[in-house]
Amino acid sequence: MTLIAFFFYVFAVLCIASAAMVIIARNPVHAVLFLILAFFNAAGLFVLLGAEFLAMLLVIVYVGAVAVLFLFVVMMLDVDFAELKAGFIKNAPVGAVVGGIVLVELALLFIVHGFDLGTAGKLQAATPPIESGIANTEALGRLIYTKYVYFFQASGLILLVAMIGAIVLTLRHKEGVKRQSIAAQVARNPATAVEVVKVPSGSAIVPSSQGQNS
Amino acid sequence: MSILVGYAPVLPEILLAVGAMALLMLGAFGPDNEKSGEQITWLALLLIVAAAALIVLQPPKTEQLFEGAFVVDRFSRFIKLLVLLGSAGALLLSVDYLKKKRLMKFEYAVLVLLSTVGMMMMVSANDLIALYLGLELQSMALYVLASMQRENLRSSEAGLKYFVLGALASGMLLYGASLIYGFTGSTSFPVIAGVAQAHDAAQNVGLIVGLVFLLVGLAFKVSAVPFHMWTPDVYEGAPTPVTAFFASAPKIAAMALLMRSLGVAFPGLEPQWLQIIWFVAIASMLLGSFAAIGQTNIKRLMAYSSIGHVGFALVGLAAGTHEGAQAVLIYLVIYIVMTLGTFACILSMRRGDEMIEEIDQLSGLAQTNLPMAFTLGMLMFSLAGIPPLAGFFAKLYVFSAAVQAGLFPLAVIGVLASVVGAYYYIRIVLIMFVKDPEEKFAPVSGKLGFVMAASLVFIFVFATPFVGGLIVDAAGAAAKSLRF
Repeated sequence: MTLIAFFFYVFAVLCIASAAMVIIARNPVHAVLFLILAFFNAAGLFVLLGAEFLAMLLVIVYVGAVAVLFLFVVMMLDVDFAELKAGFIKNAPVGAVVGGIVLVELALLFIVHGFDLGTAGKLQAATPPIESGIANTEALGRLIYTKYVYFFQASGLILLVAMIGAIVLTLRHKEGVKRQSIAAQVARNPATAVEVVKVPSGSAIVPSSQGQNS
Repeated sequence: MSILVGYAPVLPEILLAVGAMALLMLGAFGPDNEKSGEQITWLALLLIVAAAALIVLQPPKTEQLFEGAFVVDRFSRFIKLLVLLGSAGALLLSVDYLKKKRLMKFEYAVLVLLSTVGMMMMVSANDLIALYLGLELQSMALYVLASMQRENLRSSEAGLKYFVLGALASGMLLYGASLIYGFTGSTSFPVIAGVAQAHDAAQNVGLIVGLVFLLVGLAFKVSAVPFHMWTPDVYEGAPTPVTAFFASAPKIAAMALLMRSLGVAFPGLEPQWLQIIWFVAIASMLLGSFAAIGQTNIKRLMAYSSIGHVGFALVGLAAGTHEGAQAVLIYLVIYIVMTLGTFACILSMRRGDEMIEEIDQLSGLAQTNLPMAFTLGMLMFSLAGIPPLAGFFAKLYVFSAAVQAGLFPLAVIGVLASVVGAYYYIRIVLIMFVKDPEEKFAPVSGKLGFVMAASLVFIFVFATPFVGGLIVDAAGAAAKSLRF
């Protein structure tokens, strides 16, 4: 028990510290690396909670894909962070006022009502019981293809739209670009690929047909 | 086989989704030219008609699928037909414009179809996750459509602005949804309703905070004040047929979502959400009326006009009664027809290949093209709510529902706002009929003429007992299935 508590504090402190460093770090590449560290520690916290599937997802999806993508974007694009920061500072007071108002409102609710904000905690029965002897990866798998198949398919459609959108907005068909046509390459044989030309001595070679070697 | 029969209520959605994917394959592997783009647009139109036919043929009963996440009832069928009407109208309006602007791509029709699927999912959503997924599918396709004209800076700006603000609204909505889930232990609307009713408001503070955030997200999607800021810029910047689409189908779907989530999930918190709807309705009516006065661009004007109309429709919801919900549905029917007709006129404002968007350029249209001037004039009168046109009845039903519910201040403010609104609608009529003519517009194309004529006929025949009665009865039956 104390071992779990020890690891909880290690992961939690590291997670918060690296999250703070994401914002503080001057070098954007360092910020992304700290973000990856924060993800790893959050994954550790999930493992402690017994949610090993979420931990796996966090490492595979966020560290493996999202953070690497961030890293590429930060390194490839020439983003002027100083200018971004100037814009941020200019608008910060407005944001602080709006955020402050919401914070005060929520704090007032808390002061008036304390922790008894409603029906939380009285509804444990509403969540379905977890069958014993099943790892939560398997439990999720059973649910996602049965009870939640509609949501699963709908998410698929959303991703399809995102893909179509990315292609529509960025793909450009350039004219006059030589593209590789594998079918044409494979279809070549010595009869079509090689041409025997009789060259009269003293004159240049003029190819009789174009496009054979495309 | 019996499993397949069980899925019959989702058949229209499945048809549209699978059809959109088939058209995508056809476009991607077929010949890559304008002609195939146009053919795919017509095929998409055919799919929409087929889906509408399937909805009409469904047995008139309430059915729930996917563990209650998807509900098909009279209300959803009514709204889905409206949404399909909006999508079909927008597709019809876009063919000529896209050809002129060299934007004719098969992806356009595919995105409109997928967005329509999203809207139909929103309309049938009976669960917070279904609500969010439908909303996001719809919005995602709309973001892309707004920035479709990628060489145009304004179009890209419109798409980006819509995307960023839409993401913010989605964030708010998700925060609200997570609070609601946290305080009720369920994402299903009926279960949430049960928990909310089992305790009184003082014990449900957390739930109310969640409800407020949910309403913020939904108000953004219907572009109600104070979450309307994106509307004028996006309407102005997006290609005009896309603006016509924005102003019609998605608004209807988002209003339906608002009605179902409030009516089914939160009947127990009615006093709380009614206050919010009152405020939003009044603010939208006033801003829509006053801010439109100074506009010179007709697409911006239509943006403010749509904000105002959302306010009027919300007055019906603020009544919180059966008559109110019925009035909202009637308002939506009339609004969508008027909007499509007006945009058909705006798309006909063209000289050569250049689209005209300035209101001043309509000057003297009555002398150069009387039928178009007459149609646009009548649509403006109808939007202003002048009897005996359809727009008058829309407002009449909404305000009488408000008066019956005892909301006199709301009805009075609504009438005053529509008087102010009448000023800028009638100004356009004056410009067309009184001022000296400008250079002639290009002749109106057949498709646009068809939409104009259809909407013109509709706003006149709505006053007849047969057509009006049919729609009023259908709206009443649809509102009943919402527990209003």
